Amino acid sequence: MQHDLSNKYGDVKSIIHGIDPRIKTLSLIFFIFLVVSTPADEGSRFSTYFLLISSVVILSRVPLSFVFRRSLTVIPFVLLVFLSLPFIQGGEVMASYDLRFLQLNVTHRGLETLIGVFAKSYLSVLSMIVLTSTTPFPRLIRGFESLKMPKIMVLTISFMCRYMTVLVDETMRMKRARDLRSSGGNRRWHIETVGDIIGNLFIRSYGRGERIYNAMLSRGFTGSIKTLDDFKIRALDGIFAAFFIAAAVVVRFI
Amino acid sequence: MEEIISIKNLSYGYPGGTVALNDVSLDILRGESIALLGPNGAGKSTLLLHLNGVLSGKGSIEVFGRNIREKKRSELIKEIGVVFQHPDDQLFMPTIFDDVAFGPINMGLDRGEVERRVSSALEKVGLSGYENRYPHQLSLGEKKKAALATILSMDPEIIVLDEPTANLDPKSRRDLVGVMRDLKERGKTVIISTHDVSLVPGLADRVYVLDRKIIAEGTPKEIFLNTELLKKANLEIPPITYLFEVLSCFGYNCSSLPLSMDEAVKYLTDSIETEGGHIHLHLHEHTHEDLRRLKEKYGHH
Ligand SMILES: Nc1ncnc2c1ncn2[C@@H]1O[C@H](COP(=O)(O)OP(=O)(O)O)[C@@H](O)[C@H]1O
Ligand SMILES: [Mg+2]
Repeated sequence: MQHDLSNKYGDVKSIIHGIDPRIKTLSLIFFIFLVVSTPADEGSRFSTYFLLISSVVILSRVPLSFVFRRSLTVIPFVLLVFLSLPFIQGGEVMASYDLRFLQLNVTHRGLETLIGVFAKSYLSVLSMIVLTSTTPFPRLIRGFESLKMPKIMVLTISFMCRYMTVLVDETMRMKRARDLRSSGGNRRWHIETVGDIIGNLFIRSYGRGERIYNAMLSRGFTGSIKTLDDFKIRALDGIFAAFFIAAAVVVRFI
Repeated sequence: MEEIISIKNLSYGYPGGTVALNDVSLDILRGESIALLGPNGAGKSTLLLHLNGVLSGKGSIEVFGRNIREKKRSELIKEIGVVFQHPDDQLFMPTIFDDVAFGPINMGLDRGEVERRVSSALEKVGLSGYENRYPHQLSLGEKKKAALATILSMDPEIIVLDEPTANLDPKSRRDLVGVMRDLKERGKTVIISTHDVSLVPGLADRVYVLDRKIIAEGTPKEIFLNTELLKKANLEIPPITYLFEVLSCFGYNCSSLPLSMDEAVKYLTDSIETEGGHIHLHLHEHTHEDLRRLKEKYGHH
């Protein structure tokens, strides 16, 4: 079955793909940190950040349309901020709505906040897209691990990604089995069977978890997962980190 | 020959109350290949899970002469490796390399040895070059081979496979049978569970028929030519054997029935040679009656 969970462009060859995952993770997190700490009213800095991260995207040779589609995930968050816009007060009033009980004012400051939040979240999401779409998943996880992310989190993420596809397949099969047995069916029945499917999935996952644990024990698992770790930091990694971080710092403070 | 596994009076019931094994006793010698034959729900998987200590029922299990209760798991897993029925349960790491390396790394081997074992295990199952693949990109046949490789890389003396060919396409099935034959030839003790009768003759030296308890034990010949037993255990006769029984209704004279294609070719050649270059098949007065009886014997309609 087809899923879009796998990392389609993880194995493209590019400078960005070749960077050590730890360096990449740290540089991008640092970038996000700088972006988030930039005052919301300094709009020009945001456009320069955007140029910076865009050049990384272009270097990575991941198709722009793919990056753009993924980046649309920010929309719900921005909408949420948009809804709260009228409640942010202070500054010059730009528009005003009279709702009988409530006087809503859209202010200059509110709008600035909105743009700031949008820019910050969009840039952060873009950085994470760069990270995840240029690093094959196992390397990313191993990178997290050697950056001392807690073991339990590393394992959870790793198992989640491994078994997500298996679970999706199982769900699809159950859904199809249901659909084959029902011709139409009313809405209520459909909702009830969704409950059954979820219950069933839960039981199956529980059983699977136990079997996986047994498989791990049978191959000598004693509480920590060890892998051969083959990270080596090369000159190129250093150059990337130096350029990228320096550029971001310049944009932030100068 | 040396007894490598000895199970005495093993019983096991699942928490829900299902009695899956009832007083099972069996012995396996070094270098033997054993088929555990039984219908679905016969307790095959349950029995195999006892061998590496995942389940633990009443009775005793000795591996290399010592009760497995007294052994550390780290010791036991070097002696006996179990390939589970569902490969998704066994391939839990992000890449095939990590999965096949998992056992050897936990055994404390150094980097060079781990890499050597991974590539040799993958080569044995015909998956060289799959190191960086993700499990979810593999077909069922490839997953089954990869699951076997995760055990081969630990190089245990005894290799146990639960339903190795279930639901496989013909090519994957052939490949896996080939891998299992190689293991046997290299002196490993191989135990397979299956409900697929045509897998048994070419692969197993000895068969245990299981249906919660041991119903019968013997060579494939002894088992498959025992009609009573097959009926009792809800098992089928291999199709090629059935065909030769049909031929005998048409007057073909064979002293014993072949269980596999190879045997069939050999028997046919022999009887054609002894009968002067050809065999005679003909309809005689009893043919239809014989065929009807044959169908009854095996419960075909
Ligand atoms: N985890 C379990 N919990 C409860 N009952 C089980 C469990 N696994 C298997 N059984 C039951 O035990 C019996 C033997 O199952 P199993 O060993 O899987 O048989 P086989 O592998 O020969 O098909 C079956 O009746 C099955 O329903
Ligand atoms: Mg089974």
